[in-house]
Amino acid sequence: MVKEVDARGLLCPEPVLLTKQALDALGSGTVKVLVSSAAAKENVSRLAESRGWQVEVQEQGEDILLVLTKR
Amino acid sequence: MNGKRVLVVAAGGTLGLLAVVLVAMGNPANMGYCVACFLRDITGGLGLHRAAPVQYIRPEIIGLVLGAFLASQVTREFRPIGGSSSFTRFVLGFLAMIGMLVFLGCPVRAVLRLAGGDLNAGVGLLGLVAGVAIGVQFLKSGFSLGRAVPQQKGNGYIFTLFMFLLLILLLARPSFIFFSEKGPGSMHAPVWVALGAGLVIGVLAQRSRLCMVGGIRDFIMFRDAHLLYGFVAIFVVALVGNLAVGTFKIGFAGQPVAHTDGLWNFLGMALAGWAAVLLGGCPLRQLVAAAEGNTDSALTIMGIIFGAAVSHNFGLAGSPTGVPVGGQIAVILGLIAVFIIGYVNRPAAVKRGVSIGKGS
Repeated sequence: MVKEVDARGLLCPEPVLLTKQALDALGSGTVKVLVSSAAAKENVSRLAESRGWQVEVQEQGEDILLVLTKR
Repeated sequence: MNGKRVLVVAAGGTLGLLAVVLVAMGNPANMGYCVACFLRDITGGLGLHRAAPVQYIRPEIIGLVLGAFLASQVTREFRPIGGSSSFTRFVLGFLAMIGMLVFLGCPVRAVLRLAGGDLNAGVGLLGLVAGVAIGVQFLKSGFSLGRAVPQQKGNGYIFTLFMFLLLILLLARPSFIFFSEKGPGSMHAPVWVALGAGLVIGVLAQRSRLCMVGGIRDFIMFRDAHLLYGFVAIFVVALVGNLAVGTFKIGFAGQPVAHTDGLWNFLGMALAGWAAVLLGGCPLRQLVAAAEGNTDSALTIMGIIFGAAVSHNFGLAGSPTGVPVGGQIAVILGLIAVFIIGYVNRPAAVKRGVSIGKGS
């Protein structure tokens, strides 16, 4: 199963909070997080990596897509 | 220690060091860098309050914004956005400033005061942690001020242009600008030193995301100590600096630009911390975000300035003699107002923005 989190335009710490909810709910698999700032990208990446998720960053125009995976 | 961690420690350590240097070069004791105090002085300098001892256009703030603006331009992180409950943010900024001026300092100054031996600041920091902890409960239960959306590019430049205007007023010193002749506002490092210090801090704060309130919040919410390292670095470097130059004096009584009323030190900073968590960051972080083009943060700073004007025009702010009754009432009303703002902005849809089972 894949979860998608649209955290564009949300200020700190909401992108991290929404991502944490998704990671906790899924346990493993793929979570795609769309953010709109470098700060949110760093904060979400730090949370995911600290919980053992791999982070792939993809630029999507003005936005940034973070693909978080855990097997 | 990874690169990001080094950066946040470097930002905090540099701020702590420059704070000691700025005091040595003329700033009031334990006030090497204080966003609340400096915005209060700017408010007075513009004549928006008439408390004669606290009127000066502080170049540290101008430098911070210009530094963060330049850094965001170089890194292409400048992005004009806004429209996320703008007026609510103005009000939260206003309320946070009421609390900070009852305590006599922002979260940065609380750490600097503690590093100077002012134990009243320890009480204030406990209040800050309490306020942040309460705010975190609102965040966990779904509090949100909603999404900001992209704005026309020109909107993002206005706040930085306002800082340029302040710099011109500082240098030109026209007769309609107020400069204190005694008191904290009359005490300041040379303009270009203060401006340079602000620039350095602005660049480092933008790159490191340094945020005092964010550090406490992230640790409570996620057990993430990343931003707290910056907080600790400010304290350690300022403490060593104060010991080295002989400005460390431990105790409660007789501390510079401070009072010993523990209850109101605690509650003032609790109000500031609670409001700042709902805003997404401390006043320092709001200044940096405004420089990056966030017009909601710019309006938050205007709320802080309005808070300074009201605090001093209506006699609410603390002083070395204590906290006036009006200030005590304002803090209580402020806590009630922040509670109401927190409560009414808790949408039922806690899973907003999350969809399950979609995608490829």
